[in-house]
Amino acid sequence: MDYALRTHQLSKTYANGVTALKGVDLAVAQGDFYALLGPNGAGKSTVIGILCSLVNKTAGNVEIFGVDIDRDFARAKSFLGVVPQEFNFNIFETPLQIVRNQAGYYGINRQTALTQAEKYLKLLGLWDKRAERAGELSGGFKRRLMIARALVHEPRLLILDEPTAGVDIEIRRSMWDFLRQINSAGTTIILTTHYLEEAESLCRNIGIINQGTLVENTSMRTLLRQLNVETFVLDLEQPLTVVPASLAHNTHMVDPTTLEIAIDRDDNLNHVYAMLSAADIKVRSMRNKANRLEQLFINLVGQAPGNSK
Amino acid sequence: MNPLQQLIAFVTIVTKEITRFLRIWQQTLVPPAISTLLYFVIFGSLIGKRIGQMDGFNYMDFLVPGLILMSVINASYQNVVGSFFGAKWGKSIEELLVSPTPIVIILLAYITGGVARGALVGLIVTGVSLFFSDLQIHSLPVLFSIVILTAILFSLGGLMNAIFAKTFDDVSIIPTFVLLPLTYLGGVFYSIHLLPDFWQQVSMANPILYMVNAFRFGFLGISDVSLLVSYGMILFFIACLSIASLYLLARSRGLRA
Repeated sequence: MDYALRTHQLSKTYANGVTALKGVDLAVAQGDFYALLGPNGAGKSTVIGILCSLVNKTAGNVEIFGVDIDRDFARAKSFLGVVPQEFNFNIFETPLQIVRNQAGYYGINRQTALTQAEKYLKLLGLWDKRAERAGELSGGFKRRLMIARALVHEPRLLILDEPTAGVDIEIRRSMWDFLRQINSAGTTIILTTHYLEEAESLCRNIGIINQGTLVENTSMRTLLRQLNVETFVLDLEQPLTVVPASLAHNTHMVDPTTLEIAIDRDDNLNHVYAMLSAADIKVRSMRNKANRLEQLFINLVGQAPGNSK
Repeated sequence: MNPLQQLIAFVTIVTKEITRFLRIWQQTLVPPAISTLLYFVIFGSLIGKRIGQMDGFNYMDFLVPGLILMSVINASYQNVVGSFFGAKWGKSIEELLVSPTPIVIILLAYITGGVARGALVGLIVTGVSLFFSDLQIHSLPVLFSIVILTAILFSLGGLMNAIFAKTFDDVSIIPTFVLLPLTYLGGVFYSIHLLPDFWQQVSMANPILYMVNAFRFGFLGISDVSLLVSYGMILFFIACLSIASLYLLARSRGLRA
């Protein structure tokens, strides 16, 4: 298999003595859409920092498209596009200047840089705002600007560190569509996100880091298969006073018109509905109590995903 | 990156730097013109008439070269320290760090930006001085080379300051407590021959003295120190600061965790 990224025993101890990474072995295949998840302080941003040269590793190896960063970091970096978590552009410059200059830093001549900048600013809906000061853009546009900037040199590997943080759901969905498009066009993507629904919806493979160690590195499908029980929330047409005995073993009454029912992976919904019908309970609607990945995440890192980073 | 790509990256950074100081011309180009105008009026026209001659020239003519070079020193220093520290503080320096642009290109580009502002401010101040003095030029090559070398040296100084600075206060410490005293005591306003022997010897340790005198030689053909020694000193300091800057950038001092 050809890899976009491979790390071997990647370790980092900061000057203050904090060990952020303890021998992380990552492998991301070319063309993959890979989620890198973990709670706050787990080490995700350190991994990303090392990949894009903002953090110096303490030990281990990193190869980007087969190029060892210790041997030719400049070439390895030319394959990368990075969208960091925090805004890191000059707020006094315009989107056009920011994106065009970034192309220049990759050695792209001015005319091509302008063409590329126009292409990506248009694709991300920023062309009309190309002459405004970047600092005056809304949060959603700032995020899009950083994506346009990361893509202007058409990298083979795009790293997104919480690209949709703080943007409304409409913009988030449009970003998802855009990321799916560029991934299907061949760009490998590594994504970290607070929104586990986002990772589940977009990514094919997943790595979970906890306390500097990779605790899971597998396909999304395999990981989700580990989930043995799913909980559904049922909205009832008529209020109940007590849960029928036939459902008592796996059902919890939240309020008179709301039930939570836990269903084993081996069980099926038809069986549940049959029991509900037999008890003369009419269901108005049904939904998953929690995102499936969220439940697994909690199991793996042993803490609430609200703290995830 | 191949050499052409490196050249493109260099031109991109330089263009960005020049665009930056031109965009805020009210902060970068106008103040030195006003402050030197005041120097000319107060020290040159008002007090200068009472001072009389200095090294065989009237005081205004003696003063002009030093004031021009002082503005070049301040402008080149302020440009690089302000721009580089601003980029570091606002994290936009990461745009460069994540790119394959070599550090030597980043260094050269920032220095060129500083030289551009220093040279432009020098031209503006020279233009202002024409209202007060009939400038004569003794050696254009000396004038040109000293302006460029001085701007390079103080751009490097500004870069070093920016690398070490952690707050905006740190950015103003060196200009206030080091640069200003060295400039004022560097023969801008007087000939060191006016000083007692001991203080003349102390003044010889001030690198700015050599630049000011070499520059004055370019205008008036007089200097308190040897021209050759002046060039030697400037080149020596440029070499030292270049090596130190490259070392610090390569070690990512203050830039990478």
